[in-house]
Amino acid sequence: MVEPLVHVEGLKKYFPAGGFLKKVWVKAVDGISFDIFEGETLGLVGESGCGKTTTGRLILRLIKPTAGKVLFAGKDVTKLRGKELKAFRREANIVFQDPYTSLDPRQTVFNIIMEPLKTHGIQVDDPEGFVTKLLYEVGLNETHLYRYPHEFSGGQRQRIAIARILALRPKFIILDEPTSALDVSVQAQILNMLKNLQKKYGLTYMFISHNLGVVRYMSNRIAVMYLGKIVEIAPAKTLFENPLHPYTKALLASIPVPDPEAARTKPKIQITGEPPSPINPPPGCRFAPRCPYAKDLCRQKEPKLKEIEHNHFVACWLY
Amino acid sequence: MSGPQLREPLIEVKDLYVYFYTYAGIVKAIEDMTFTIYKGEKFCMVGETGCGKSVTSRALANIVPSPGRIVKGKVIYYRDGNPVNILELSEEQLREIRGKEIAYIVQDPSSALDPLYTIGYQIVETMIDHYTVKDWKEGYKRAVELLREVLMPDPEQRIRNYPHELSGGQRQRAVISIGLSNMPRLLIADEPTSSLDVTVQAQLLELLRRLVREHGLTLFLITHDMGVVAEMCDRVAVLYAGNIVELAPVDEIFKNPKHPYTMGLLRAVPNPQADIEKLEPIPGTIPNLIYPPPGCRFHPRCPFARDACKREKPPLVEVSPGHYVRCWLHAE
Ligand SMILES: Nc1ncnc2c1ncn2[C@@H]1O[C@H](COP(=O)(O)OP(=O)(O)O)[C@@H](O)[C@H]1O
Ligand SMILES: Nc1ncnc2c1ncn2[C@@H]1O[C@H](COP(=O)(O)OP(=O)(O)O)[C@@H](O)[C@H]1O
Ligand code: SF4
Ligand code: SF4
Ligand SMILES: [Mg+2]
Ligand SMILES: [Mg+2]
Repeated sequence: MVEPLVHVEGLKKYFPAGGFLKKVWVKAVDGISFDIFEGETLGLVGESGCGKTTTGRLILRLIKPTAGKVLFAGKDVTKLRGKELKAFRREANIVFQDPYTSLDPRQTVFNIIMEPLKTHGIQVDDPEGFVTKLLYEVGLNETHLYRYPHEFSGGQRQRIAIARILALRPKFIILDEPTSALDVSVQAQILNMLKNLQKKYGLTYMFISHNLGVVRYMSNRIAVMYLGKIVEIAPAKTLFENPLHPYTKALLASIPVPDPEAARTKPKIQITGEPPSPINPPPGCRFAPRCPYAKDLCRQKEPKLKEIEHNHFVACWLY
Repeated sequence: MSGPQLREPLIEVKDLYVYFYTYAGIVKAIEDMTFTIYKGEKFCMVGETGCGKSVTSRALANIVPSPGRIVKGKVIYYRDGNPVNILELSEEQLREIRGKEIAYIVQDPSSALDPLYTIGYQIVETMIDHYTVKDWKEGYKRAVELLREVLMPDPEQRIRNYPHELSGGQRQRAVISIGLSNMPRLLIADEPTSSLDVTVQAQLLELLRRLVREHGLTLFLITHDMGVVAEMCDRVAVLYAGNIVELAPVDEIFKNPKHPYTMGLLRAVPNPQADIEKLEPIPGTIPNLIYPPPGCRFHPRCPFARDACKREKPPLVEVSPGHYVRCWLHAE
């Protein structure tokens, strides 16, 4: 068995929420387990508030888990100290959705890209040449060196954010809705660039998105999240061609397909309502209140993630 | 689809120009815009951020926000068969039409709702304003029916709720109810589902389709999502930098796109139903509309651009029945 680069086990994050008399918890991530292997892209999909960003932040140890663990290259990230922690911060990083807020508006592109190197005490012989080379990697050039973030379009700012991370020679990058704020013509440019960089540098990605078309294009395997739980994990093609979990099916049937003929003939598995609040998630299967197949067992006992066929995991009592 | 009854025009936009007079310069937001929306059809306008979709939709009811100005053109509205130019009506006549005959649904439902009043109050108020109901009592009864029609859960409870007590999807349902409350002829929906999750979006799109079918509404739907176009509309206009570059029945646009921008847009969208090896992005970015490129506004990004494209603006030409293209490749 190949050892995964990232191993997540029983991971939980409960955030405290209001309530003076009795404390209530937002169960943002509630016991999830999965692996990410070197060189692959694991897609993480689900609707807003299902816990995707929290999962990313937990993996990178930007927040402390309530329970469970994350191993990076075999080491428990919550136990990293000193040099090892510093190395982890260099090797694993995250790109956020909003290219407008993730860059310091008062710094030039050159300073923005050099900043993490300074933090990590990394010397380069020819900083200007080094940054220029990175800019070319992300489709920019030396004319952009001394400009400020506001002079760039959303797509270009996302390129700068990626260059800044590449400067540290990372192994693993979490891409959290990196193109959600961009128009489709620019989105395609960024997605292709990310794929090229992955090939060139052997990067491992976790690609978070609510856009299933984008996730399918980017991922080798896909995990579907619903209300703090992973309900299905499968290779990308399998998940789209043979979805098993009722939520995955509903999600796929809900995507508008850019093909009028297919749109007219596609199955109409419509679910009603909206995801309930993660503050008091329903007992048993969390999808039960919206699931057309729910039976008594579903409302009482939570289904565990089970391998139904090779590499295809589902958490549902139907299987 | 396009049966014979659809051939009766409801709105004709003719040679419309809208400019914004800003400190930085004159933003040429809409130029040379001509199109017709027929009664009972679902007409879509698609394009990327800033291409002029919202401004166009606002021009239809003469509500272009300052510093914008309609500098030229006509918007002919067939009011019970009689053509009137919306841009020449008095403020009073316009008020009669807006909110009653022409209703708007916008992307952000919160901006369309007043946080200080209940959902019920806001629905009834619109009806009272336009004399659709005789009093508040009848209004509240009708509001519950409307909310039930848009599949709002527990409508009797919801009319007592304030906007912040509802989810995003529920707020958008409330806005749709307000839009429907006076039985409009034309429903203008400007990215009505862009801020919602896909399972909620699917429910609302299905709702809009049903309303058009059952109430004989005409829908003018604005979106940036080619998937929504494919699922929702009969005919579609593709906008680029303030111009319609292509206009055709929906199947024609997807099967037989003619404008290089439309073709590029279709190849740049990752289709969830297909295994795609490589997307083909459109190079470059959208132009600044204070200094739009001369000639064809798409020429700096177009793989087929030739000299003529840089000098002269191509006209919108009907290349086959109902299929219009603005490109020198198809203007001969
Ligand atoms: N710092 C926080 N404090 C309290 N609740 C939070 C915090 N961060 C996230 N949440 C809640 O946790 C849930 C999951 O959020 P998030 O991980 O951001 O979802 P996603 O990225 O899938 O949209 C949401 O209900 C959100 O409101
Ligand atoms: N208030 C405004 N001031 C200046 N320019 C504006 C204003 N509103 C819109 N515009 C310009 O008009 C163009 C079209 O805008 P809009 O119709 O909102 O685009 P879309 O809805 O397609 O994203 C944009 O290029 C924008 O810069
Ligand atoms: S466990 Fe039951 S309720 Fe949950 S998805 Fe499966 S069938 Fe539906
Ligand atoms: S007119 Fe010329 S530049 Fe414009 S789309 Fe056609 S070929 Fe391209
Ligand atoms: Mg998120
Ligand atoms: Mg708009």
